[in-house]
Amino acid sequence: MSEVLVQPPAEKKSLLGKKERKLLTDPLSDNNPVTIQVLGICSSLAVTTQMKPTMVMAISVTAVVALSNFVISLMRNAIPPRIRIIVQLTVVSVLVILVDQALKAYMYDVSKQLSVFVGLIITNCIVMGRLEAYAMGNKPYPSLLDGLGNGFGYGVVILTVAFIRELLGSGKVFGFKVIPDALYEAGYVNNGLMMIPAGALFVVACYIWIQRSFAKHLEEKE
Amino acid sequence: MSTKGNSGTIIFALVVTTISAALLAAAATILKPAQDENVLKEKQQNILSLVGLTGPNDYKKFDELVQGVVIDDQGKAIEGVAAISLDLALEKKLQSKNSSYKVRYPLYIYKDPQGKVTYLLQMAGVGLWGPIWGYLALDQDGNTVKSAIFDHKGETPGLGAEINTDGFEMQFNNKKILNEQGQFVSVKVEKGKHDASMPHAVDAISGGTITSNGVSKMLQEDIAFYLRYIQNQTKTNQAL
Repeated sequence: MSEVLVQPPAEKKSLLGKKERKLLTDPLSDNNPVTIQVLGICSSLAVTTQMKPTMVMAISVTAVVALSNFVISLMRNAIPPRIRIIVQLTVVSVLVILVDQALKAYMYDVSKQLSVFVGLIITNCIVMGRLEAYAMGNKPYPSLLDGLGNGFGYGVVILTVAFIRELLGSGKVFGFKVIPDALYEAGYVNNGLMMIPAGALFVVACYIWIQRSFAKHLEEKE
Repeated sequence: MSTKGNSGTIIFALVVTTISAALLAAAATILKPAQDENVLKEKQQNILSLVGLTGPNDYKKFDELVQGVVIDDQGKAIEGVAAISLDLALEKKLQSKNSSYKVRYPLYIYKDPQGKVTYLLQMAGVGLWGPIWGYLALDQDGNTVKSAIFDHKGETPGLGAEINTDGFEMQFNNKKILNEQGQFVSVKVEKGKHDASMPHAVDAISGGTITSNGVSKMLQEDIAFYLRYIQNQTKTNQAL
């Protein structure tokens, strides 16, 4: 992480320069929080049976990571080192409770489906991981982008997993039936494994496998 | 201000927590009306779904479609309390804490376009991990169950949590709560296969015994309570 802690003197500030774009796109593939750093696995297993709640979860996590990164980065020089983790936790908790309350007020059905998992964003390792690794040592704007990037990276993975699980497990995509009744009559059955958390484990593992076989440079050298 | 020393640390913590508390309190206050409305809407939709009114906007006509009555343990209607705002789980809790508390139940009466009455009962009980609740539609005869729905706060997924699936709920259709002598026997949730020849029992959920027993107990207690009122009504109707 040392290279990101040192800020090169900015010549001309562009809102989305090369460095900023890298902050956003790196977590999507080469530094994906779920498949490369293997963080936030718990919620990837739990909420990904259907795409709609997964989408809301992805947006919620993105909002929480980005905003907490931003807020912590603003406060980074004032936070007393001895209580920095608990301060981070307080900020994250406040944001998560706000998200939870907003979902209960405006997306009641989805909030019922996500139930405890919205609250559990507090313990999502991605959030704390980014705060410690990035926001504590970088300026607010790059921190915001880093948070957004990691949120998107998480979202891409859980949405892919949810797509596969919903398609194979219930024959639907975003709640719309895509596998025709005729196929069921011909003997096709939904895969029950995809409906249980263990199914997500297989899908995430296959995702990592495929990703690593395309991106050989990610493999550790022996 | 230096935040390195003890006093700096304490002041910093105080400031952060105060701001956080203020934010959360504000959010809770501002969002409360919308959240309450969602809970009310869900309750109304649940009640209406018992009589097949599942249209997305049916709940807006809730007050026209059904008539709410609050009843006491003597089977009489209590005036001046709105049924929909009565929290049955809270009523039962108050009673369990103080045995002299007179528990009240909300009852909804639906009249279909032909003038046929259906009683919509609300029930509350306890499962394995927390509260369970349900709604049951009872025919005008005060005996035949037309439909039932159940839900829970946090029963075990795949086991007790199955009470809110169609497969479990559909079993209640056309069950009878009175035996041939006209005595109340409720509908029991029991182990084993149950078909149309067994009008007082439904198949329990394997692995969800405590939840199933909770449903049985809830049906037994709560239907009995409503039955006093419903039977009073039937008598009055016959006398007229």
